[in-house]
Amino acid sequence: MPAILTIRDLRKSYADGFEALKSVSLDIEEGEILALLGPNGAGKTTLISTVCGIITPTSGSVTVGGHDILDDFRAARSLIGLVPQEINLEPFETVWNTVRFSRGLFGKSRNDALLEDILRKLSLWDKRKNRIMELSGGMKRRVLIAKALSHEPRVLFLDEPTAGVDVELRKDMWEIVAELKASGVTIILTTHYIEEAEAIADRVGVIAEGKLMLVEEKAQLMARMGQKQLEVQLTEPVAVLPDALAHHDLQLVNGGGALVYTYDTRGERTGITALLNDVAQAGLVLADVQTRQSSLEDIFVGLVSGETA
Amino acid sequence: MNWTAIAAIYRFEMARFFRTLTQSFLSPVLSTSLYFVVFGAAIGSRIDQVEGIDYGAFIVPGLIMLSVMTQAISNASFGIYFPKFIGTIYELLSAPVNFLEIVLGYVGAAATKALFIGVVILATASLFVDLPIAHPFAMILFMLLTCLSFALLGFIIGIWAGNFEQLQLIPLMVVTPLVFLGGSFYSISMLPPIWQKITLFNPVVYLISGFRWAFFDTADVPVTLSLLAIGGFTVACIAVIWWIFKTGWRIRS
Repeated sequence: MPAILTIRDLRKSYADGFEALKSVSLDIEEGEILALLGPNGAGKTTLISTVCGIITPTSGSVTVGGHDILDDFRAARSLIGLVPQEINLEPFETVWNTVRFSRGLFGKSRNDALLEDILRKLSLWDKRKNRIMELSGGMKRRVLIAKALSHEPRVLFLDEPTAGVDVELRKDMWEIVAELKASGVTIILTTHYIEEAEAIADRVGVIAEGKLMLVEEKAQLMARMGQKQLEVQLTEPVAVLPDALAHHDLQLVNGGGALVYTYDTRGERTGITALLNDVAQAGLVLADVQTRQSSLEDIFVGLVSGETA
Repeated sequence: MNWTAIAAIYRFEMARFFRTLTQSFLSPVLSTSLYFVVFGAAIGSRIDQVEGIDYGAFIVPGLIMLSVMTQAISNASFGIYFPKFIGTIYELLSAPVNFLEIVLGYVGAAATKALFIGVVILATASLFVDLPIAHPFAMILFMLLTCLSFALLGFIIGIWAGNFEQLQLIPLMVVTPLVFLGGSFYSISMLPPIWQKITLFNPVVYLISGFRWAFFDTADVPVTLSLLAIGGFTVACIAVIWWIFKTGWRIRS
């Protein structure tokens, strides 16, 4: 798949010397969903705003569909739709006029049938004559999405689309994103929610302190997460690991009160049965057994804390 | 040129105006009538004529200018400040439009609104006084240029303003005094000689003089100078706006 968005060595420094982006490079393929994860102030919004033209980069280059965002800004921007993090809408205008304005602003000729289709898909059609100020928070967020879609973008940026929305609406958003992907739209979304990235993204990028720490296929990331740990708690602590268990990859923790066994869930044999047999053979009595799986969040926290430590 | 985008901005801005059409219409009619009561009846009863023109008619060009200038500034400044204030500016900045297209949309709408108010005042005034228009084309030209140039100034103020107080600051502290002291309600020939000289530093004098000439064929300063003044002012405003978009001052970080 060709890259529809190419970011090369992108940097952004503010007048006070703060470096919001430190040499970010990234290729995004057409039709994929990339989730950008990162703590507050990591540079997620700065990255999106720079690509969309709201922030001027200090150096580096960005092309969208082969068009440079500075030299050929019209062609580049006409391919991009942006759903901002904040609910920024003209409160006194109707839903219909607000969405129609967006389409016109992007130079697209009037197409009421398309707008109707978008509003229906977003459950906004019945509200089209309502003024924005009369809508609930969730509906306003849908209006933002409708505005971004009104000019038929090929690349859609969703900046924390589900921040502060209830579970039901979040699930609705995921469905909308899935439909957009099916229609061929490339989606880049930022999120705080690991489960969101896991649920809908093809690839996951992690940003911290203005740097792109990692970009990986979600499947590969999941594979890294495939490692599980089995913790065997003992009724009586042991000072050293019995010889019978030496050939197992075990750690003695909790002052000898528990054994931790790391294994791969994707392997044909996990080795758990053999381990538990050997534990019994060694005369150890089990108090409890539990398993743990490292989540995307663990990897994310590990990466971020490793960088900031 | 992205004409569709210009039309979209223009239409969106005009929608704001049409939402409050009654206010937009009644307010200038009421204020003009009040000016006629206060200046025309009260003061006019003591000043019969100025330079051979009935005082009631003499103040009409100044009244129109006063409203047109303040309306053009307030509409344009609010038009661009409001998206900054509520955050919808993101869409303008991320749209495939250049500075000229944004300015044409916003300033065009603000100038149209000011022109509408000007015409309403002219119509209201003609109900009170007999109003000859000696140079109709020049009258239209001066009115259009004033609407345009002050809408441009308003746009600059809207970009500059960091809060609603600042939005009001320049219209209240600078423009209104300049208009009142610019010969709206008197001829500068009525001033003492030293003030006649000082008042020539007030750019509004040239606009009102030129506009009044279009009605009554009599002017405080040469008409060419008036045209040059308003032309120069328009160019200066365009230059400032071009610089704003070039540097992203106060709009793009």
